[in-house]
Amino acid sequence: MARKLIACLLALLPGIAAAAGGAAYLQPVSVDISNEAALQRGAKFFVNYCLGCHSAQYVRYNRLAMDLGLTEEQLVENLMFTGERPFDTMEIAMPAQESATWFGRTPPDLSLVARARGESWIYSFLKSFYLDPSKPTGTNNLVLSGASMPHVLWELQGVQRAVFRQETDAQGGVHEVFDRFEIVTPGSMDPQQYDTMVRDLVTFLSYIGEPVQLERRALGIKVILFLLVFLLFAVLLKKEIWKDVH
Amino acid sequence: MSSSAQDTGSAVAGRQGGFYAWINKRFPLDRMLKEHVTEYYAPKNLNWWYVFGFLSMLVLVIQLVTGIFLTMSYKPSATEAFASVEYIMRDVEWGWLLRYMHSTGASLFFVVVYIHMFRALMYGSYKSPRELLWVIGMFIYLALAAEAFFGYLLPWGQMSYWGAQVIVSLAGAIPLVGESLVEWVRGDFFISDITLNRFFALHVIAVPLILVGLVVVHILALHEVGSNNPDGVEIKEKKGPDGKPLDGVPFHPYDTAKDLIAMIVFLIVFSAIVFFAPEMGGYFLEHANFEPADPLKTPEHIAPVWYFTPFYAVLRAVPDKLGGVILMGGAMLVLFFLPWLDRSPVKSLRYRGWMSKTALAAFVVSFIALGYLGTQPATGAYTVAARVFTVIYFAYFVLMPFYTKYDEVKPVPERVSHHG
Repeated sequence: MARKLIACLLALLPGIAAAAGGAAYLQPVSVDISNEAALQRGAKFFVNYCLGCHSAQYVRYNRLAMDLGLTEEQLVENLMFTGERPFDTMEIAMPAQESATWFGRTPPDLSLVARARGESWIYSFLKSFYLDPSKPTGTNNLVLSGASMPHVLWELQGVQRAVFRQETDAQGGVHEVFDRFEIVTPGSMDPQQYDTMVRDLVTFLSYIGEPVQLERRALGIKVILFLLVFLLFAVLLKKEIWKDVH
Repeated sequence: MSSSAQDTGSAVAGRQGGFYAWINKRFPLDRMLKEHVTEYYAPKNLNWWYVFGFLSMLVLVIQLVTGIFLTMSYKPSATEAFASVEYIMRDVEWGWLLRYMHSTGASLFFVVVYIHMFRALMYGSYKSPRELLWVIGMFIYLALAAEAFFGYLLPWGQMSYWGAQVIVSLAGAIPLVGESLVEWVRGDFFISDITLNRFFALHVIAVPLILVGLVVVHILALHEVGSNNPDGVEIKEKKGPDGKPLDGVPFHPYDTAKDLIAMIVFLIVFSAIVFFAPEMGGYFLEHANFEPADPLKTPEHIAPVWYFTPFYAVLRAVPDKLGGVILMGGAMLVLFFLPWLDRSPVKSLRYRGWMSKTALAAFVVSFIALGYLGTQPATGAYTVAARVFTVIYFAYFVLMPFYTKYDEVKPVPERVSHHG
């Protein structure tokens, strides 16, 4: 009886897991935040290309240096340009009120973007800007339609346009469906290099989303190993105590 | 031994020395330990379904202890709450561990309590003489739901905010007083700093006090009537010449040894989540809750945390708002009446017929299905499915007096059948 019920419960699990599905156009990515070199490159890109408009107000510079294997000197020379102190957080000088007027909304803080949106979302977003003359920024984004953010990485990626194809559905209606991107003007990086750069940025954003990730997993292994040993003794104890009960 | 051991109390006192005796003259410590631990006789045939009551207490302790430490760094203010949680996650020593233990504990509390309740359904543990025990347990469940609801607002993320907005506004469906009631609960015209402050007070003081009190009452009631068992046999009816139940074993060391194993297995699962998947794919910590609350921006899809989704699905299955609220409330409250709906002469499912077994299986499937549907958008086929499962959910209770009365039952043995 009980076993049958458990089997029923387990049979329902795949349905529950599938419920977390994603939006169209997302390209799945997995990043390795234990890759220190990727994190350092990601930090450099973040400071150079993102930190002008987006803050990371929960991230402290000195924590960053510690986790990324940088000395304080390297930190100050490579990542800190506007007179912050090492224990400061990654704030920006741009006033929120005015930037909202300039862009339509204040560029969001990026401390937790990897946890709120997901790594694949950021990865896809940064690769999906395309030319759209009808928009004030001149570009649109496949992942976030009508994005108010301009394509700030265009010098690196180049400029691409989206090619749509016509598709007829079962009811006979005709839809425009995204087909592929075509580079119009090449950038300073080839597609391979740009892809690596975006991955580095995603790695960095994943790290700042939860700086304790690596430490958490390392501790988890120890805790579970301890519990397994404890379990062995507990099972022996129970057997000993129950041996006379019939 | 110096004393002549005329009563066991003084024998123990003599053996344990001066301090223990000194205490026992002034406080019934020895008597309480005997009554509730070393000489509380539990049936020897309790199986592993019976560890979930103990596990619920374990989670309660985890929540209380981590909660106390979280309170030391958390700020219950609309402008500071979200940042203070990130402060705990990043700057407070071991803060991340406390927070993940607390968030994982919240979800696992419902896991163990739902299994604990399922066990009661399976073995008829709510039937006479344990009706009051069941009713007290239901009050614990309601207090737990309130505790979880108030606590979920505290991180002040988007889902905290809009989840609270949706749930509190449900009271607005009540005729005449609805809108004023909603304002009274929020203390404002929308979910605001004032709401956050009062939810904090309720979450850290009022409801935990009620919870702990109810748990004590639950255990006292349990020890008065004695534990049920998978056979549904009353072990107190067959006592040996020493006055002890023939089929009973002392809670300590027998059941404590079993509970120790259960505790470790539970902690392994708990640690696997805390250390390797604290978000549990967005089910324990929702993705949208990593964005600070924004009263001007409604999220695309508002869903409560998984443990409320079965009831949320019932709410949305009804086209009328007031009807939905009544049915959702009914889905929780109907459980209170279980002891009087069940007309079966036997307790345990082991000795019941196919009708009761089918009914319970259908109920469990519908509860889980509703839980899944509550996480999905309420459209088309999902709504139809939610209606079907809502009907099955209520049918379990409404038809219970009939199928339990006419169901075939097998003879219940005189003594428990022991399976180790």
